[in-house]
Amino acid sequence: MTGQGIGASLIRKEDERFMRGRGGFVGDIRPAGMLEVAFLRSSFAHARLKRVAIPHSLRSRVFVAEDLAGVAPIRADTALAGFKSSVQPILATGKVRHVGELVAMCIAPSRAEAEDLVAEIEVEYEELPAVHDMLAGREAGAPLVHEHWSDNLYLTTEIDANFDAAKSKAKVSVTRELRTARQVMSPIEGRGVIAEWNSRLGQLIVTSSTQQSHIVRTGIAECLGIDEGQVRVIAPDVGGGFGYKGILLPEEVALAFATRRVGRPLRWLEDRRENLTAGADCREHHYALTAYADDEGRLLALDCVATVDAGAYSAYPFSACLEAGQIGSILPGLYDFSHYRCRTYSVATNKPPILPYRGVARTGVCFALEVTLDALARELRDEASALRFKSLVRPEQMPFDNVAKRHFDSGDYPEALRRCLDAVDLKAIRERQRRGEPDGRLVGLGVAMYSEQAGHGTSVYAGWGIPFVPGYEQCHARFTPDGGLELRVGSHSHGQGHETTLSQVAHEILGVPHELIRLVHGDTAETPYSTGTWGSRCMIVAGGAVASACDQLAIRLKRIGASLLQAKPEDVRLEAGDVVANSGRISVAEIARTWYRRPQELPSDVDPSGLEVTAGYKAKRDTGTFSYASHAAVVAVDPRTGEVEIIDYVIVEDGGVLVNPMIVDGQIFGGAAQGIGTALYEEMPFDGRGQPLGSTLADYLLPGPTEVPEIRVFHMETPSPYTRFGQKGIGEGGAIAPPAAITNAVNDALKDLGAELLDLPLTPRRIVEAILRARPAQSGR
Amino acid sequence: MKPVAFDYERPRTIGEAVRLLSESPDAKIISGGQTLGPMLNLRLVQPALLVDITRIPELTRIEETDDAVILGACVTHAAIEDKRIADPSHGFLAEVARGIAYRAVRTRGTVGGSLAHADPAADWLSCLIALGAEVLLTGLSGQRRLTLTEFVRGALDTQLEPDEILDGIHIPKLSKRARAGFAKICRKSGEFADAIGVVVHDADRRALHLVAGAVQGQPIVIAAGNERTPGASWPPPLESLREKLEQAGLGGDAYELNIHMAALERAIRNAQAS
Ligand SMILES: Cc1cc2nc3c(=O)[nH]c(=O)nc-3n(C[C@H](O)[C@H](O)[C@H](O)COP(=O)(O)OP(=O)(O)OC[C@H]3O[C@@H](n4cnc5c(N)ncnc54)[C@H](O)[C@@H]3O)c2cc1C
Repeated sequence: MTGQGIGASLIRKEDERFMRGRGGFVGDIRPAGMLEVAFLRSSFAHARLKRVAIPHSLRSRVFVAEDLAGVAPIRADTALAGFKSSVQPILATGKVRHVGELVAMCIAPSRAEAEDLVAEIEVEYEELPAVHDMLAGREAGAPLVHEHWSDNLYLTTEIDANFDAAKSKAKVSVTRELRTARQVMSPIEGRGVIAEWNSRLGQLIVTSSTQQSHIVRTGIAECLGIDEGQVRVIAPDVGGGFGYKGILLPEEVALAFATRRVGRPLRWLEDRRENLTAGADCREHHYALTAYADDEGRLLALDCVATVDAGAYSAYPFSACLEAGQIGSILPGLYDFSHYRCRTYSVATNKPPILPYRGVARTGVCFALEVTLDALARELRDEASALRFKSLVRPEQMPFDNVAKRHFDSGDYPEALRRCLDAVDLKAIRERQRRGEPDGRLVGLGVAMYSEQAGHGTSVYAGWGIPFVPGYEQCHARFTPDGGLELRVGSHSHGQGHETTLSQVAHEILGVPHELIRLVHGDTAETPYSTGTWGSRCMIVAGGAVASACDQLAIRLKRIGASLLQAKPEDVRLEAGDVVANSGRISVAEIARTWYRRPQELPSDVDPSGLEVTAGYKAKRDTGTFSYASHAAVVAVDPRTGEVEIIDYVIVEDGGVLVNPMIVDGQIFGGAAQGIGTALYEEMPFDGRGQPLGSTLADYLLPGPTEVPEIRVFHMETPSPYTRFGQKGIGEGGAIAPPAAITNAVNDALKDLGAELLDLPLTPRRIVEAILRARPAQSGR
Repeated sequence: MKPVAFDYERPRTIGEAVRLLSESPDAKIISGGQTLGPMLNLRLVQPALLVDITRIPELTRIEETDDAVILGACVTHAAIEDKRIADPSHGFLAEVARGIAYRAVRTRGTVGGSLAHADPAADWLSCLIALGAEVLLTGLSGQRRLTLTEFVRGALDTQLEPDEILDGIHIPKLSKRARAGFAKICRKSGEFADAIGVVVHDADRRALHLVAGAVQGQPIVIAAGNERTPGASWPPPLESLREKLEQAGLGGDAYELNIHMAALERAIRNAQAS
């Protein structure tokens, strides 16, 4: 119609302010009379808190656990059988269980002075042996993170789909042990919270850099034991989230409690050291994986023991078991086979709680599976892609229920791989490898495939019994008297461009010009309830809700418009922002004016609810959409120094109907950059006492612009049969496959040396040492 | 990550700066602040007084004599990168500067600050040792001049006395036919080095300097001076370089040895191509 609805690469509305540095983040907000907070955090990973000595003169400016009378700890339990519950105190009580755990809250006019207060407090710890390694922590006799537990396992799960029957049929098998590093999510903006008590409203107003203001509201009310009506949570502009801002923070609860006691607004802004050492941990998995194939190289079975280092506490609301639960259900990848066994352990350790990071467990799973498949291909002397073609689910099988009972909605997986191989030019790379490089580097090609389940809801999460099961998503939409359209949704944008894409959905249906459409989001007082922004769900569920609300508005507009045009409602249509009949056309703005300001002209049978609706949405089937992609990396490895250059990177992805292809590309680029970080750079090591060994970005390396190559993205668009426009969630995918694709490429490059990398990230040292291990007789050449 | 409270002075002369330093035992010099800034924020240093030396005109001086260039300590990496200085090195210093951190850091960071901090992984330290540079130190008792190898005692450890300022760097001019090569191996562009190789071959003076930097302590000087010294022929035989590195203590770690050898070889190639 106008070319500005679904499918348009519209420039992002929000970039006008973001690109000019005019956004409004927590750090830009400064209520009158505000004081700043610095936290005293545990310097030990595991210790008894013997004494916290606060100089008498400072006592009123410091809060410790005993000052938080009546405040409940954070608990994120699941209903899964055998789950062990952790109790996360707001301020440490009795014991500390990870470096960076909150011990005391110090309040002063400036952050620097608050840090001075921190330095005045003396804490006496009695150090306990730390659980610093998940595999050791899994064993009997390991020190206990939660002393009333019998072991360190939050949960053990077991899936067995007729596994034993596979063994007799299997011709070959390979087993690999793989590890992903503990990473730290690194949004440009860290966390930040302002809490203030508004006595006129009788409300606690918490401004927080969060992805899910409604969940934070519920969580704060529960912890403080007050009515939800007494809490309002506002998420202003949020500078990146990735899952890091998708949890309830003890800091939020602490400030919310203390602001009333202090009688002043309080603000805490996380600094990068807190981010790196105390808050943002993610990704750490270990796999022992065996893949079985028949004599033609078809995948027959997978057998896996997966371990997740879940950290000291179960984070609210997704719990300590989200990762392990996902591993069990998504490990089979895009492949069609019928024998499967997977045991998972979610291990409590003396590290910060593991949080869901873009892709959640998929990045680790894709790495484990796709790297093992390449090992299988090498074992069979088969081209790694040829092996995949034999086992990928075929388009004619769609929709397809796989061995782990995932329901793949649509797509053509082999075609994505074919296009990807064409784009990197498999034959040319193989030829180049035969020729060799003049500089002695080794070239390798690796592919990896994944799918990204998105927008899945009640039917998937109900079984988990976590504190929040997503249900219906709502949008409140209303016209203003001048014809402007306000869309209110409970999800939030932390960089994804919802102000633009949801506007495109509304425009598609109502034709209202984009400059007249405003998205209101992030504020619990102004938006319908929502579990927030996570799991690549917003374009599906919030987009669906906006569409539902606009559909209803369209009916009402047409009814009024028809009457004003003296036509029958069934004879009019909405077109480019006008209601059109044979007798003429009238703009939506004119209809809005009539409704609000000249009601005497309205038809007598007008819908009295007017130009304001709240509509809900749930996908036709809420098991999720499965966007998918094939990634291919071509690398050149210097076998002496272990340096890796990515010389080509291709992504062929199918995100269904793309609402805004430019934004989709942006999501893919950003995700892929993070995936490159996982593959080559990012690692937060811990020592034997559970101390994190990086505390600045000089120790924790993130890829920068020069480390991210020009990524070539190609799209397929197979509509999802289950969503409003056929759209699929695409927010996380870019971050899922790069570690697998790059590792496969490096292993391909090193195959003649007999070296194989199985631990992330692929640091130069790991690469060189793998090569040296493979050729023990030779020294460094 | 906010510093403790401190006083701040911005003297106009070296003498005044020296006086401030000598009167206040907890004083710290700040020049570009690119190292000290993070250290202050992390509270790794908690000075009572910061003496900002960047407005002392003498410290941004660029003097040229027949055989040397003297740079004031507060000349920035960016000024060198942009060739806003008299160049003793046929463009070599500009090339090194370009690889330090990223532009924002180079705009503020100073060559004097880098040498005074004496981070073994810093680029200037290894390069200026290979160029045979000397530092000028001024304190209450006057000025002294030390070679860089004398000046740097070890990692983050120099001969600077509490009242002393590094006020300038004396860099001998390379002769016409001299060649210099530099190579830095690091995890990502602009990162501190994991290995540095520097070679300066001055055929007219029959001089060869080879330095392996970004090691535990002081950079390893593999060859210094005269070509007639054994093993100092041009281009240097790689086997002897490896032995030198092993003797200097890199032998125990195959990866370290690999990257330092690679850095030296690349530096030699770069010098040959220069
Ligand atoms: C992100 C980042 C990346 C970097 N990457 C690199 C890199 O790749 N290679 C590299 O070599 N460096 C790198 N650096 C360091 C940078 O080059 C600094 O500029 C330099 O190390 C210190 O110089 P400065 O002028 O900033 O000194 P300051 O930070 O001001 O001071 C450093 C120290 O030296 C003392 N000091 C300063 N000037 C004098 C003087 N004239 N006399 C006596 N004492 C003095 C100070 O008291 C302080 O102890 C990086 C820095 C950053 C922030």
